[in-house]
Amino acid sequence: MIVDGRLKAVLRVLTGLVLLVVYVPLALVMVNSFNVDRTFTWPPSGLTFHWWNVAAHSSGARHALLVSIEVAILATAIALVLGTLAGLALRRTRFFGRNVVSLLIILPIALPGIVTGIALNNAFRTMLGLQLGFFTIVVAHATFCIVTVFNNVQARLQRLGPSFEQASADLGAGAFTTFRLITFPMLRSALLAGGLLAFGLSFDEIVVTTFTAGPQEQTLPIWIFQNLFRPNQAPIVNVVAAVLVLVSTVPIYLAQRLSGDVVSGASGAH
Amino acid sequence: MTSTRRTNRALAALAGVAALALVAGCGSSGSSGTATPGSQGFTPPDVPMQQSMGDMEGSVNILAWPGYAEDGSNDPKVDWVTPFEKQTGCQAHVKYFATSDEAVNLMKTGDYDVVSASGDASLRLVASGDVAPVNTALIKDYADIEPFLKDQPWNSVNGQMYGVPHGWGANLLMYRTDIVKPAPTSWGAVFTDASKYQGKVTAYDSPIYIADAALYLMKTQPDLKITDPYALDQKQLDAAVSLLKDQRADISEYWSDYLKEVQAFKTGDSVIGTTWKVIEQVAAGEKAPVKAILPTEGSTGWSDTWMISSKSQHPNCAYAWMSYITEPKPQADVAQYFGEAPANGKACAITGPTFCNDYHVTDQAFAKKIWYWTTPITQCLDGRTDTTCTDYGDWTQAWTEIKG
Amino acid sequence: MLSRSAGLRTGLLLLPPMLWLGVAYLAALAALFVTSVWGQNDFTGDIERVWTWDNYRQLWDIPVYRTIAFRTVGIAALVTVVDALLAFPIALYMAKMASPRTRRLLVIAVLMPLWASYLVKAYAWRGMFSGGGLIDWLGSPFGLHSPGYGLVATTVTLAYLWLPYMILPVYAGLERVPDSLFEASGDLGAGALTTIRRVVLPMAFPAVVAGSIFTFSLTLGDYIAVTIVGGAGQLIGTVVYANVGSANNLPFAAAFATVPVVVMLVYLAAVRRTGALESL
Repeated sequence: MIVDGRLKAVLRVLTGLVLLVVYVPLALVMVNSFNVDRTFTWPPSGLTFHWWNVAAHSSGARHALLVSIEVAILATAIALVLGTLAGLALRRTRFFGRNVVSLLIILPIALPGIVTGIALNNAFRTMLGLQLGFFTIVVAHATFCIVTVFNNVQARLQRLGPSFEQASADLGAGAFTTFRLITFPMLRSALLAGGLLAFGLSFDEIVVTTFTAGPQEQTLPIWIFQNLFRPNQAPIVNVVAAVLVLVSTVPIYLAQRLSGDVVSGASGAH
Repeated sequence: MTSTRRTNRALAALAGVAALALVAGCGSSGSSGTATPGSQGFTPPDVPMQQSMGDMEGSVNILAWPGYAEDGSNDPKVDWVTPFEKQTGCQAHVKYFATSDEAVNLMKTGDYDVVSASGDASLRLVASGDVAPVNTALIKDYADIEPFLKDQPWNSVNGQMYGVPHGWGANLLMYRTDIVKPAPTSWGAVFTDASKYQGKVTAYDSPIYIADAALYLMKTQPDLKITDPYALDQKQLDAAVSLLKDQRADISEYWSDYLKEVQAFKTGDSVIGTTWKVIEQVAAGEKAPVKAILPTEGSTGWSDTWMISSKSQHPNCAYAWMSYITEPKPQADVAQYFGEAPANGKACAITGPTFCNDYHVTDQAFAKKIWYWTTPITQCLDGRTDTTCTDYGDWTQAWTEIKG
Repeated sequence: MLSRSAGLRTGLLLLPPMLWLGVAYLAALAALFVTSVWGQNDFTGDIERVWTWDNYRQLWDIPVYRTIAFRTVGIAALVTVVDALLAFPIALYMAKMASPRTRRLLVIAVLMPLWASYLVKAYAWRGMFSGGGLIDWLGSPFGLHSPGYGLVATTVTLAYLWLPYMILPVYAGLERVPDSLFEASGDLGAGALTTIRRVVLPMAFPAVVAGSIFTFSLTLGDYIAVTIVGGAGQLIGTVVYANVGSANNLPFAAAFATVPVVVMLVYLAAVRRTGALESL
């Protein structure tokens, strides 16, 4: 803990300023969702509930939201499985290809989205002859979500060390029993943290999605993008964004409550 | 270096066309097996044309400009897809694209049955065999479509229609009436006089905008001998590029989505530049003091065509869609929502005369002043045979260099 | 001991993720870069499978592409520095000063903006930078004006969009610094600033580098924000998108896409030693 009073005050002010910068644009979005102007220019010439009403009746927005949630859930589920497997595999083992494996997992997020997007688009269509659609979005998203789970799992395993599992094995438990009773509970909050980040990454992704979505499915970001190109529809995207920000507090809060601390995922360290 | 590369490209393009002609020779049905290139300078591959209507397949994938196929999912009151679905039993899946080039790319997947192609996309689709000739006898209201839209170089080859005209419009010159004085009458306002409004000029963000500069040069610099803004040899392209590079210094931003442009004109970040009629109307509706004119030189513009994929899985539903969307009622709906002139003049009975006058729907003289977007290719579109012209690839590269 | 069965276990565990990444990703990347040495028919957009270095030669010969590449890397670096500077104090406050309750609220406050759509946030910044927009409106009493659309607006907007991706790893990294180190440093007579400079910064460095991988690569691959607030400017992403989505010239797009990939690979290789890759 830092105790220096002056430093504390300075940090507090800086934190406040950063949060102010973060929230002013969001407040602007909120104000604009009531803005009479179709092009949401500042300052608003009047306020209206019209866009909220239109948004509430937009089945396109609802459908896109549903697709986004489904994609994010599936991609997160795949990322949880693959990321955990990779994390478990790389613990304590110092084998030759270890760095190569970490690099490979990091690559999809470390390389620019447009590269990932056109590479996958090209592969799906010309190499595999697949029709772009729901399935291809999920595959693409899962690919760059693995890293968040992997890193959380790896960090947790490193911190906790092998002693609990060794004890479990010494007491005669099999590998699966040990995983079920010891490893998994130890990993739970790390998985929650990794999963939440993966979900968030997938939910707002637009660059890779643009290149991997087919004719019949559109995620929410794609829907928003297309509405910006349509006459007289643009303001309802502000409503959608405002609703998302408000609603998003619920899963984040719940996750916080469940895991104690989402980001560091530290269990009982403090 | 660049000139070698260009020759390679020209050869590649020729080889491509030759290969397509070979494919054509192997085809079975069709009107002509000869390799005589059309007036556009290429022979489209021989794709069979549908002869009669069969049973509806129950669904159709539509690739459209935003606003061309609204299904009520964004605004329940804006919906002409649902009546089509009820009439025909074809479930319509609509995907929107933002640029002509994106449309070409998406059509290549073969996932889509019909596309609303602009002239800068249509010929490319025809030449690559991605779209099939259209049997206009199967389109109910084809006879009501304005004659000046039929059998045009951007929607037909050798007298064979490759689509059904949908709607058209001009790229107008818009300006802020409170700032731009005196009122401009010529495109010179955004080219030679652009520095008067330094940092406040806007232009359409696409290589095809080079044609706007070429059109201006065509009217003002006769020694360049430009006769068609889409048929530029290297010297003519260089002149257009240099004009645009000068203009670049005064550009505030290039626009491609209409929201961006309406915002910019409303806030005054842009005060003069190209626009579409619909943008002017939205901006005026937002009380921005703007006016859009057709300058004396005429202008570039678009004329959109519904085309059918050669790989269509739902050809009957696709024809049903093309037939439906050219009926007066949907034509009026689309034209009013999107802001363009409908192809079917009978739509005027529904939109009322004001709309039709604003958009010059049946005004052939106005339509004549517009050079519709067409894909530039190496074979000069103006009929010159003693030189090769620059193609869309060259234009794309030039556009990147102009923007810098 | 048990080395053979441990090896087998590692292999079995690794098989599914490696299969997934190998098939879905590496193969796709490899195919893309094969495409970059193919030619293309400009008119129909069909790819012609003829080996050619033309795409790379063109990238090298035409100066505008070099300008764009340098501009993009410069902006990515700038965005990263800005984010690091903004993230450090708030992350330090969250990790080492706030009460558990405040910390929980702050984590929510940092995560929440991630849920407002990227596009909507970019358009919000467009509104703020516009003439008569919020920045002009707030700044006019002090004689300040919005810089307008351009590279400044692009940098600010991108830094804003990626800020949470920097705060989170730095916060996690700082939290791992044991409290006892602060006490030890204080006991040895170091002032608070000295402690931060000599103890906290070196220990937080890998975490900052980890965050920078996000901010750097996200900026390198962006093409949307720059079209919204960038004025007439263009970045690598814009050109790649124009060539693949618009000009339909996948080979050339693939060739230009190698630039950010090489930049990222060099960057990853350079930061591997800091241990940042383990603290993403």
